[in-house]
Amino acid sequence: MLLAVVFSLALMIVDHRQQHLESVRSILSTVTYPLQYAANLPLAAGYWASEAFATRTRLQEENRELHRENLLLQGRQQKLAALEAENMRLRDLLDSSFKIGDRVLIAELVAVDMDPYRQLVLLNKGSSSGIYKGQPVLHANAVMGQVVHVNRFTASVLMITDASHALPIQVNRNGLRTVAIGTGRINELELPNLPNNADIEVGDLLVTSGLGGRFPSGYPVATVTSIRREPGEPFALIKAQPSAHLERAREALLVWTLTPPGRDDTETTSAQTAEPPPPEEP
Amino acid sequence: MTLTPRSGTTVIIISFCVALLLTILPLPDWAQMLRPQWYTLVLIYWTMALPQRVGVGVGWLVGIVVDVLSGTLLGQHALSLALIAYITFEMHLRIRLFPLWQQSLTILVLLLLEKLLSLWVMGTVGQPTPPLSYWAPPLVGMLLWPWIYIVLRDLRRKFQVS
Repeated sequence: MLLAVVFSLALMIVDHRQQHLESVRSILSTVTYPLQYAANLPLAAGYWASEAFATRTRLQEENRELHRENLLLQGRQQKLAALEAENMRLRDLLDSSFKIGDRVLIAELVAVDMDPYRQLVLLNKGSSSGIYKGQPVLHANAVMGQVVHVNRFTASVLMITDASHALPIQVNRNGLRTVAIGTGRINELELPNLPNNADIEVGDLLVTSGLGGRFPSGYPVATVTSIRREPGEPFALIKAQPSAHLERAREALLVWTLTPPGRDDTETTSAQTAEPPPPEEP
Repeated sequence: MTLTPRSGTTVIIISFCVALLLTILPLPDWAQMLRPQWYTLVLIYWTMALPQRVGVGVGWLVGIVVDVLSGTLLGQHALSLALIAYITFEMHLRIRLFPLWQQSLTILVLLLLEKLLSLWVMGTVGQPTPPLSYWAPPLVGMLLWPWIYIVLRDLRRKFQVS
């Protein structure tokens, strides 16, 4: 008995403080993968059935809609190419480095409930697809979170709203840098480190600043929803709502940042290259 | 330790697998908060029924698997489940004699203890205090206990697990 208690305490301390147990966890989670797979089956079957038995008209409608959306996005993309070229030229003039672009891979969420008091989700791609620990995860061009555990077939993602997650961001309007901290509630972020007189307004878009070195810069994170300035307090109470629909996401994009042109990991063939998102003009 | 032949290991393993499956099965948000601790209930039953086979060691192993499945700190559930198994082991002769409703109350205390241990661990690593609904699963578990007890007892008799 005592042995078990001491052993679990030791495990917890090591797991909390160091990274050594990652391999143990990944082996164990590979063993438990069949369980997760089985838990996901009913929902997967449901989706499959709803796709298989969809009516012709609905499919046509969906197709038309997607076609329209595709056209729209392509139109925007044309402008983006020109903007990117211009941006590159300007950066050349300034002699500053430029990121080539990001490689992304689409993964699906596995319908498995994890600890209800943490914001964790499971993806159906693992280290066999080249996913690594600490990798940024996006959802339709808004930041979703980062990978915390990987095994061969699955990866767990810690959402940006988890209470242990902090994300370096900046205000898109004026470049004011700060850190967004999760609250443990799925649709709320906190910006605790801004002084009362900081230039920030409700409705401001917050984007990643890329300062932590983990997330690529320039991806939308959240919009400011409320600011409370208490005269007696040194810092303002600022809340923001994540741009990604974290509670409704079914797919996620895993991003590889290709900083140095020589060193890119091309392990997967299914991955496509995507352009970085357009820097939105205020 | 008695030297009776051991049989029905598969039944025990399958019952734990089903409990773990129920633990990670996706549920709507409102039901998620009420999800009972299936694995603890099954562990308590087997420790009570077969204390010479299922005990602290099994509890610890199941706890580790739960930790991996739910992405919690490795050892968090292992610690609490090992303790629960130990307490059940110490009291199994008494609990067996209780009528079902009295058993349920004992189970409630054990389930609450497990939640409390988890809460301590979460507090130590700096996670925020969960809302009051954190304490709902033990109550649901208590109400479910008679059924789990009867189902598992019948399974044990049918497959002659000993």
